[in-house]
Amino acid sequence: MSAVDNPILTIDGLSVKLPKGADRSHALNGVSMAISADEIVCVVGESGSGKSVMANAIMRLLPGEVAIDGGRVLFEGKDLASASNTEMRKVRGAGIAMIFQEPMTALNPLRTIGDQIGEMFEIHTELSKTEIKARVLGLLQDVHIPDPVQAARAYPHELSGGQRQRAMIAMALALDPRLLIADEPTTALDVTTQAQILKLIKELQSRRNTAVLFITHDFGVVAEIADRVVVMQHGNVVEQGAVKDVLTNPQHPYTQQLIAAVPPLTAPPPRALSDDIILTLDNVSKTYRNGGFLGRGVRVTHAVKSVSLKLPRGATLGIVGESGSGKSTLARCIIRLIDPDGGAIVLEGKDWAKLTRDEVRRETKHIQMVFQDPFASLNPRRKAGDLVAQGPIVHGTPRAQAVAQAKELFRLVGLDPSAIDRFPHEFSGGQRQRIGLARALALKPDVLVADEAVSALDVSVQAQVLKMLHELRERLGLSIVFITHDLRVAAQICDLVAVMKDGEVVEHGLAGEVFGNPQHAYTQALLASIPGGDFARSRKPVTV
Amino acid sequence: MRILSLAGRRLAASIPTLFLILIGVFLLLQFAPGDTVDAMMAQMGGGDAATARELRKFYGLDLSIPMQLGNYLWRLIRLDLGFSSIYGKPVATVILERLPPTILLMTASLSFAFFFGLLLGVIAARGVNKWPDTLISTLGLVFYATPSFWFGLMAIVVFSIYLQWLPAGGFEDIGAVQTGFGRTIDIALHLILPTLTLGLIFLAIYLRIMRASMLEVLNLDFVRTARAKGLDETRVVVKHVLRNALLPMVTLIGLQAGTMLGGSVVVESVFSLPGLGRLAYESVVQRDLNTLLGIVFVSALLVILVNFLVDLLYARLDPRIQAEA
Repeated sequence: MSAVDNPILTIDGLSVKLPKGADRSHALNGVSMAISADEIVCVVGESGSGKSVMANAIMRLLPGEVAIDGGRVLFEGKDLASASNTEMRKVRGAGIAMIFQEPMTALNPLRTIGDQIGEMFEIHTELSKTEIKARVLGLLQDVHIPDPVQAARAYPHELSGGQRQRAMIAMALALDPRLLIADEPTTALDVTTQAQILKLIKELQSRRNTAVLFITHDFGVVAEIADRVVVMQHGNVVEQGAVKDVLTNPQHPYTQQLIAAVPPLTAPPPRALSDDIILTLDNVSKTYRNGGFLGRGVRVTHAVKSVSLKLPRGATLGIVGESGSGKSTLARCIIRLIDPDGGAIVLEGKDWAKLTRDEVRRETKHIQMVFQDPFASLNPRRKAGDLVAQGPIVHGTPRAQAVAQAKELFRLVGLDPSAIDRFPHEFSGGQRQRIGLARALALKPDVLVADEAVSALDVSVQAQVLKMLHELRERLGLSIVFITHDLRVAAQICDLVAVMKDGEVVEHGLAGEVFGNPQHAYTQALLASIPGGDFARSRKPVTV
Repeated sequence: MRILSLAGRRLAASIPTLFLILIGVFLLLQFAPGDTVDAMMAQMGGGDAATARELRKFYGLDLSIPMQLGNYLWRLIRLDLGFSSIYGKPVATVILERLPPTILLMTASLSFAFFFGLLLGVIAARGVNKWPDTLISTLGLVFYATPSFWFGLMAIVVFSIYLQWLPAGGFEDIGAVQTGFGRTIDIALHLILPTLTLGLIFLAIYLRIMRASMLEVLNLDFVRTARAKGLDETRVVVKHVLRNALLPMVTLIGLQAGTMLGGSVVVESVFSLPGLGRLAYESVVQRDLNTLLGIVFVSALLVILVNFLVDLLYARLDPRIQAEA
């Protein structure tokens, strides 16, 4: 453990017990670490590593059955682990402040931003109403919110995700806390917004000398912002040290494995692409209209604006873009979950945009989709095997044969075939995404549309699923439309990449060319925003 | 004022529904054997067929059913509810006389159920799965499972006959002519038992909804944010949880305004209150079609009005509504 001078927070042998029936007895096993004033410490780990539990344990905000059962948390000479509730309330907000992952749900939807920031002063200080108002405006200016006066009056839903997170940061810094705990504060944000928020945190940290405990799963973010790194696995600290040492010379095998799993930004050498085009999109458009009464005051959103793309047989076409760029709408149009307004979607000579509902139902076996959320996209009341076999059964395969095929598919996607009798909740996130993939493959599609299929997964699991997609593509001759917001993932798996912004494709071409030599200003901005860009670029492509 | 136009639009949309309900009730009553004239003849102690024919002609009952319906709707458009042959007064007057007890009963029961449902729901949610929660939930189930007429009768037995604390029925004391404040107290005393009887079932529903919605909101992220700011539990509940948890309750008021009118028929009968519910029952028995349709019309207006107010209240409570509208 590297020596920390003048620590502001010292965690000493902290253990947190989980309720009976959890997958392990302790969320944290004797964790020790320290943060000194004026430094940013990143805590890295995958889901279930106990990093968020640690943050909540410091604040004593653990849910009912989860409790600290050993160790000390020393903050300004006081042991928070044994402090009374009244003492804790004085520390929360004023001494240690916290920002959370999801800026939409972390703010009360029914109260204005200014009101919620002002509450900090109301409970911890004796300031008058007008003083509080002035302070709130000052804070909002500090976090560079456009039009602070308007923002203070706004409700959370009236601000964008990035602005909400700025408001959260303003609230956390209201009372100049000595320590700021940031629990995955940029994970839910777009890459360009993330870059801005990271810059803001760094700027405020150096201006106010606040210590920051930054929890993340993303090594790119670590490379961008951290002074020191603490790596956690299964509730233990496996490695900690200065950011340069850990990133370039990781000692613990788990750290090495995590860093190896981070997809680098450079694309692997291009594969030979077939001349045979399996899927052609020609001027596909989709416009949403909502609101309005008898044609008045209609809000028109051009979700997809005349997109034309070609997918060669056996190739992978990546569609990348930020939220609201129309990439998911395009995916849904391709498999006709929604009807495009215009254009042609030609698959094997048939124009999907013009098929009737009935025909689409019959033809869906040629094109299948894998969805983003492995938790929500599987029916929790049906067995995994049934979910996979359902498609073929609907399309006329006898039940026994479909179940046998399901077993075969389970083996193909790396699951135990005997697991077909289990329910979705008995699988982990990565396993569920494999079930989703098996379900899509059950109909033997020619084209697979994967909508953010690996975005909800931990890096190591993400790497496994990507590897499996690679293998399946070779073995089954699949053509894939791969939709993602993560440029690093796209660089790994896609032969061709199309960059979307506001419903339009602004740039498309071979992955290596788009990432190596971006032409459009937006692509350049996207690439520049990737956290820890130099770190990602310096690494060799994973050979899969 | 987008929300006003939205609520106004919903108001306009309910007018066709109102007419459909009225036509439905009108046709339904045609299937019942006998008409107003039969009921009147029975009251007079019988009469010859010629008188009956005269009366039917007088009241327009000899016309074909579509003609009668057309006449009724035409009068309704001019806001004329017609004449009640049984009471010998315009229907509007009859209904206006009977409206105050029902409105008082409904408002009192609703407020009682809402307020105590909210309070008990919050207490139950704060001590979830501990004894207060178990006690409150069990009580709620008992209230919900017991028929309201039984409650009413038992309340009369205990409080009026055995303890002699409260009057057993009626809207006010007819013997003593009182004015001003004394009369208000008198009416309030008469309304305590009916209010409790009608309110208890709704109390049970409100408390369950409030408990569930509190538990849901307590688990949301912004509650954790509030705690991380250093707020104490009371402030967390009052400032952050309560208003969010209230939204489903407010929806429920709108939905239940109609149910409550139905429930008041039973309660008004048990406590012999001269309200709209009893009037409805009597007009069915006496085949007083005009009065019955008038009651349906007024009740529907009441429900629509309550829902309009709920819409406005909802928009006031939840700023997101205006954005989605």
